[in-house]
Amino acid sequence: MIGRRKTLQRLMSRPDADTPSRGVFTRRALVVLGAQMAAFGLLGHRLYGLQVLEGDHFARMAENNRVSRRLIAPPRGRVVDRFGIAVASNKVNWRALLLPEETSDIPGTLDRFSALVPIEARDRARIEREIRHKRRFIPVMLHDFLSWDDMARIELNAPSLPGVLIDVGTTRNYPFGPLMAHVVGYVAPPGDKDVAQDQTLALPGMRVGRAGIEQTQDGLLRGQVGAVEVEVNAVGRLMSELSRDEGQPGDEITLTIDSGLQQAVLGRIADQSASAVVMDCRNGEVLAMVSNPSFDPSLFDSGVSQAQWQEWATDPRTPLINKAVAGVYPPGSTFKPAVAMAALKTGTLSPTDRIFCPGYLDVGGTRFHCWSRYGHGSLTLKEGLKFSCDVFFYEVARRTGMDAIAAASHSFGLGTNLDIELPHTRTGLIPTPEWRRAHGQHWNGGDTIVSGIGQGFVQVTPLQLATYVSRIASGRAVQPHLVRAVSGRMTDGTDSGHWPALDMPEPFLTQLRAGMYAVVNEEHGTAPKARLDIPGVQMAGKTGSAQVRHVSRALRESGHFDSSSLPWEYRPHALFICFAPYDAPRYAAAIVVEHGNAGAAVAAPLARDIMTDTLTRDPANRKEPPGQVVAEVEDFQ
Amino acid sequence: MNFQKRLLRAEPNFRILAKLWQVNWLYVLLICALAMVGYGALYSAAGGSSRPFAGPQTIRFAVGLVMMVCVALMSPRLLTRLAWPLYGLSLVLLVAVLRMGHVGKGAERWLIVGGVQIQPSELAKIALVLVLATWFHRVSYRRMVNPLYLLPPAAMVLLPVGLVLKEPNLGTAVIIGVVGATIFFGAGMRLWQIALLLVPLPFLGKIAYSHLHDYQKARITTFLNPESDPLGAGYNIIQSKIALGSGGMWGQGYLHGTQGQLNFLPEKQTDFIFTMIAEEWGYVGGIAVIGLLMLMVIGGMLIAMRSRNQFGRLLGLGIATNFFLYCAVNLSMVMGTIPVGGVPLPLISYGGSAMLTVMFGFGLLMSAWVHRNDHFGEAGDRA
Repeated sequence: MIGRRKTLQRLMSRPDADTPSRGVFTRRALVVLGAQMAAFGLLGHRLYGLQVLEGDHFARMAENNRVSRRLIAPPRGRVVDRFGIAVASNKVNWRALLLPEETSDIPGTLDRFSALVPIEARDRARIEREIRHKRRFIPVMLHDFLSWDDMARIELNAPSLPGVLIDVGTTRNYPFGPLMAHVVGYVAPPGDKDVAQDQTLALPGMRVGRAGIEQTQDGLLRGQVGAVEVEVNAVGRLMSELSRDEGQPGDEITLTIDSGLQQAVLGRIADQSASAVVMDCRNGEVLAMVSNPSFDPSLFDSGVSQAQWQEWATDPRTPLINKAVAGVYPPGSTFKPAVAMAALKTGTLSPTDRIFCPGYLDVGGTRFHCWSRYGHGSLTLKEGLKFSCDVFFYEVARRTGMDAIAAASHSFGLGTNLDIELPHTRTGLIPTPEWRRAHGQHWNGGDTIVSGIGQGFVQVTPLQLATYVSRIASGRAVQPHLVRAVSGRMTDGTDSGHWPALDMPEPFLTQLRAGMYAVVNEEHGTAPKARLDIPGVQMAGKTGSAQVRHVSRALRESGHFDSSSLPWEYRPHALFICFAPYDAPRYAAAIVVEHGNAGAAVAAPLARDIMTDTLTRDPANRKEPPGQVVAEVEDFQ
Repeated sequence: MNFQKRLLRAEPNFRILAKLWQVNWLYVLLICALAMVGYGALYSAAGGSSRPFAGPQTIRFAVGLVMMVCVALMSPRLLTRLAWPLYGLSLVLLVAVLRMGHVGKGAERWLIVGGVQIQPSELAKIALVLVLATWFHRVSYRRMVNPLYLLPPAAMVLLPVGLVLKEPNLGTAVIIGVVGATIFFGAGMRLWQIALLLVPLPFLGKIAYSHLHDYQKARITTFLNPESDPLGAGYNIIQSKIALGSGGMWGQGYLHGTQGQLNFLPEKQTDFIFTMIAEEWGYVGGIAVIGLLMLMVIGGMLIAMRSRNQFGRLLGLGIATNFFLYCAVNLSMVMGTIPVGGVPLPLISYGGSAMLTVMFGFGLLMSAWVHRNDHFGEAGDRA
């Protein structure tokens, strides 16, 4: 019994399930455990949702996190002349960069750097701003276009310049400088507007063509932007490269220009304010296009100073304007062949018709003078051209009418848009009664008379004159062009067969050529100074002097009028158009010397020299440039 | 059985061995398994290196393991005596940390004592569990009907909760409160008492919200809509979700988790270590870790239920619940289910203070297991 009690007591004393607290605890602990397991279950469920159900969505975001696309600026295409000599290329540009994370004392480093290579206050402000805004491992540009001396100084002092490193970029190089500036143009860093149009221009190193070929062929020269996909970490530091697309370097543009000829032509022009265009009259290739004075196109890449701008903008000789395509001048007597062609085509003049020049012509009560006070007597068309008789062409213009003259001129390319690969070209003007009416004015008979000798409202560009004489010489409707090949692929029009015949009968063109031959080569022609010295080769041409200010009759009749005594800006322009060889025309040229006074005295000898250079070099028939090649300038592609 | 009996009755020196025999080595194995998961994750977080995280953490774990076994050998009688001083010490430290503690990331506060960082709030949790278990061991289930017996332990809970809230560390304060409440529940608080307490709770919540710091309110709002501020307070949550999604079902592969390895994932070695594991091992790996954590909680609760004294039961319940809350809060946090707070994933996250307190807690749990058949100083609770 006692034993039983003891057993019972022992059982009782052992707090088993029988004690209320343990029972309650067990029940409640199970409730708590159940709740805890349910919570884990919910978490597992949630994890399933995040990782498996919505996984794709977040995985895509993960990829965006990790992969960063960086664009690579393609090298800009080169521009070369017809013989492959670089006219615009890329040059290495040594720059000093600062890696902020590698220097503990940024102001000190900058101070020591500017003691070696001066930094302007404006640049200093920019540098400090960039350091503040960029991440510390992104380099900030301190100075570009470093010279060898600068680099040597920096390298020598490298220990005291922690974080400063020298890096190579590219800049546009124009080996010929001012010589080719008007043709090639220049590049400049893109503006906000450019970037808004094409995001890829925001890439460092990208440039936009701002003038000349660089502007019109910008799309070809620029190339295709490449891209590299890199893995970056959370702070944007590059970890590894995933894929790389080098992009497409810009196309190489081969010009029709012969840089040697260009140089020779500029040499002939020397320091006159003038422009000259030499063309291959069979296919319209522009072999030389000079506009003097010029400017240095490489200045635009690094930024043009205010003073330089001021100087260019106020120069009356307009160095920034390409006079060959944007200078408009009255053609003067060079217009006479076009008037003659209009008359021949309309039948108001036949090659054998004679017109008498008494020294003046009265039309509607107004007397129009010939340049020769004594008159030329009775003249045929050929003689009219040879003596450049004004009265002859007054009469021809009167008979023919302005509409026919305008039509013939347009066929020759005068007063039309020639579509050359240059920006900012001007169309000029061949006035017509209709044009005058559109401006609310009446067309007088006298307007036609004056237009007959290329004065009055008639305005043309040197390039139009060159095209005009090319068309007279070849009988083909050639268009002037500057691009000969794109990355080695020849453009259309290199072959003369590409160009259609002019809508002018060949016998009439022969008449014009004969007249122009007489101007240069016959006794008493107006341009004996244009006669070539080359045996067996003759040049045909036509002089022109275009008044820029009205000369009163009283002054002219006084006999004391001498235009060379006028101030420079009031002197007449001197013009000359020509082609050679006469019997097998190949080259055509137009020269305009601003305020050169007289076509025969100033422009004709210039034309002779230019044509001599052209015939000697014969660029249209050569594959290699004659003489020594211009030293290749440090090229970087 | 006979062998055990002999051991238990043997010399004091021999009794230590006997107690060691009693330690639940299966559970210790489970702890070691989790620590190994932690080692692997920290190795990966350092980009495939035992430095600077995995190595030191292993040393801490080893120290913790020794400490755990030592604590496991302590008798409940000793522990009940230690409870009050420990609780008092934790309160003193909580006050001290308010006065002169270091603030990190606006939330966790710690003291530096002899070069060692101490987070008093961690110690407070364990001390509270001990002191509550001690109290309810002496107050019988029957006596608890009288609410007066509930007031002192309620004060014991509210005191550290208030101090931690003032730090201010909302997350830990809530955990301490819930651990305390669970012990109340397990100890046998009557259901009508609970109901009575729950009625004014919404009002208290409203008052509490008005006292929250701006950054805590920001956490709550960004949690509700993390995409509203992707680079600000919501950044961590979004990056964590992205990394989880990047892991998918099977993971990116060990050491190949892109978001973790590339540092998109914030605090990947501490709070967001689970995200990194789930990115590298996928949903499968994540569930495996959750499974291990569940086993730990279940084991803890079974140990608690197996104890024949109220102290051991409540101790086990408190420790297991504390562990569970750590895990649940951390996992919910990295999955964007609750606002972010500096709560690490126990045994896996890098950090010494949490590791040592967790191991100390497991020591207490193990003591409850070793001494499961002891009964001492209980109030007459028998029917």
